[in-house]
Amino acid sequence: MASQKAKKQVSNLPHMTQASQEEKRQQLAYKELVQKRKPRPRYLRNVLVAFVVGGAIAVLGQLVLGFFVSRGLDLDAASAPTLAVMILVGVVATGLGIYDELGEFAGAGAAVPITGFANTIVAAAMDFKREGWVLGMGAKMFIIAGPVIVYATLAGVAVAFIKFITSP
Amino acid sequence: MTYLYAFLVGGAICAIGQLILDFTNLTPGHMLVILTVAGAIAGGLDLYQPLLKFAGAGALTPVSGFGASIARGALAEAKRIGILGLFTGVFEYTGMGVAVAVFFGTLVALIANPKS
Amino acid sequence: MAAKRLGKSTVKFTNPPIIVGTGTIVGPIEGKGPLASDFDVVLPDHAYGERTPERSETKILEQAAKIAIERAKIDKSMVDYYMAGDLLNQVISASYSARQLSIPYFGLYGACSTCAMSLALAGMVIDGGFADYVLVACSSHYQTAERQYRYPIELNIQRKTTSQYTVTGAGAALLASSGIGPKVTWATTGKVVDLGSKDVNDMGGAMAPAAADTLLTHFADTGRGPGDYDLILTGDLASFGSEMLKELVTDNGVELGDNYRDCGLMLFDTKSQRVGAGGSGCACSAVVTFGHVLKEMEKGTYRNVLLIATGALMSPLSCQQGESIPCIAHAVVIEA
Repeated sequence: MASQKAKKQVSNLPHMTQASQEEKRQQLAYKELVQKRKPRPRYLRNVLVAFVVGGAIAVLGQLVLGFFVSRGLDLDAASAPTLAVMILVGVVATGLGIYDELGEFAGAGAAVPITGFANTIVAAAMDFKREGWVLGMGAKMFIIAGPVIVYATLAGVAVAFIKFITSP
Repeated sequence: MTYLYAFLVGGAICAIGQLILDFTNLTPGHMLVILTVAGAIAGGLDLYQPLLKFAGAGALTPVSGFGASIARGALAEAKRIGILGLFTGVFEYTGMGVAVAVFFGTLVALIANPKS
Repeated sequence: MAAKRLGKSTVKFTNPPIIVGTGTIVGPIEGKGPLASDFDVVLPDHAYGERTPERSETKILEQAAKIAIERAKIDKSMVDYYMAGDLLNQVISASYSARQLSIPYFGLYGACSTCAMSLALAGMVIDGGFADYVLVACSSHYQTAERQYRYPIELNIQRKTTSQYTVTGAGAALLASSGIGPKVTWATTGKVVDLGSKDVNDMGGAMAPAAADTLLTHFADTGRGPGDYDLILTGDLASFGSEMLKELVTDNGVELGDNYRDCGLMLFDTKSQRVGAGGSGCACSAVVTFGHVLKEMEKGTYRNVLLIATGALMSPLSCQQGESIPCIAHAVVIEA
């Protein structure tokens, strides 16, 4: 109780509120200045490179998909092995130390394809193994891929449930 | 022709990701979650299927396709075996990929070290 | 008022400590930069023969400290204090290097401001008559910092326009109460300044207000101005941060001219080397100051230098919890 009272008294001191108002004004002014002066990313270059690299990886995926379809699988059945092969490509590229270079060059063009998803898992595994195989690599392998799986599962199950009960 | 569509659609989804990165302060992790959830919602509502037919791997290989695959698996199993299928079918199409990533990822981690 | 104190936060040393020996080690990328020839050791790779990057950082810090003692031509046992710091949790690089050195040790944390912070503290200890020899050192390592503050090394990440590159390296200096060499004459201690920036990809922009505050305080306390120094050196504001610093001090009537440089920009060729906006990390100001600037002072290029090392005092935890980035800058004057 006593501490609560003290807290109230402190926040009532007039000079404190004035100071914080002045601080807020300063913060706002600086934020605006930073926003104005911060060098912009090369929007057009970045989006074009992401488009081309991401598209190229998709074409590679299409080659794999086409292979499985030509072996008699339908589109649904072929998607699992296609994803697996593309993930393997990402795993190997990461092990060779080239996927992070591709990421620096292509941004989302490297991050968004499933090969990038594989990269997040392997990069974490390679990095955290030094803190031990169990609490390091085992625990932290999904440090970036984890949220993707979690939210895809949450959204997927919820939406599929709605679709399931509403469709005849 | 599918190859061209795969290129265009796959590229476009990555371009959307790049726009999110460049125009917002979101981290790559946030961007991936957004695209995956968008894919999962579309997949669960059976809206991603036409895109898959049209662009093949162009729709399948971006993370949005991963999200859609999770939802599609759940929906397909639910239709087949009832409500429990929502849970048994979640990793129908994606489980293999995750297992491959874990297995071969560990293998790579055994032999390779971070370089640059 | 204390006799050696000037104004709000500056001290003037009456028996200024003398830098009698330095040791600098840099990583492979820094070793391809324009200052490469000024450093004692250039590492062939980040690992430097160690199992983990953390061990590699400890090793270079210890080695830099030993080189500094060797250069001063004294015995290790004569060193009264070892003051060191780095960027890692619980300053492990500094403490683990101290384990090998067995010199009475103060572990410091000032993020990237540690270099100036340790010089100021060592100056006070020596001028106060508590020590004859104080060894100061700090280190940073691209891989350890990346692991702690950002992402796994091999992760595909595109740098933002304001992202900086953590310098791999270690710098050490031995300060003495007597001897021949450049002197540390004044020190201005910064206060924590936080203008609410939350962008972890823009350390320079976050730290510039702290640098401006310390710089203006230093000028107010000492009655000096930018023209009184041959070189005004900020630690690691990089391209965007130094631009913001110039703008902030101009608003307060101080004009930074050609004698203003930033260590993070001097250490690299930012056009051809892929280091983003420039270097950062404890080692950034340490290796540039102890390696390059002191050598230039010996040649007579500079006579008095004002070093303002800036530090961002956040942690990944505080940032994830939505806190803004508190920053600090410490200034020291080094005179030939």
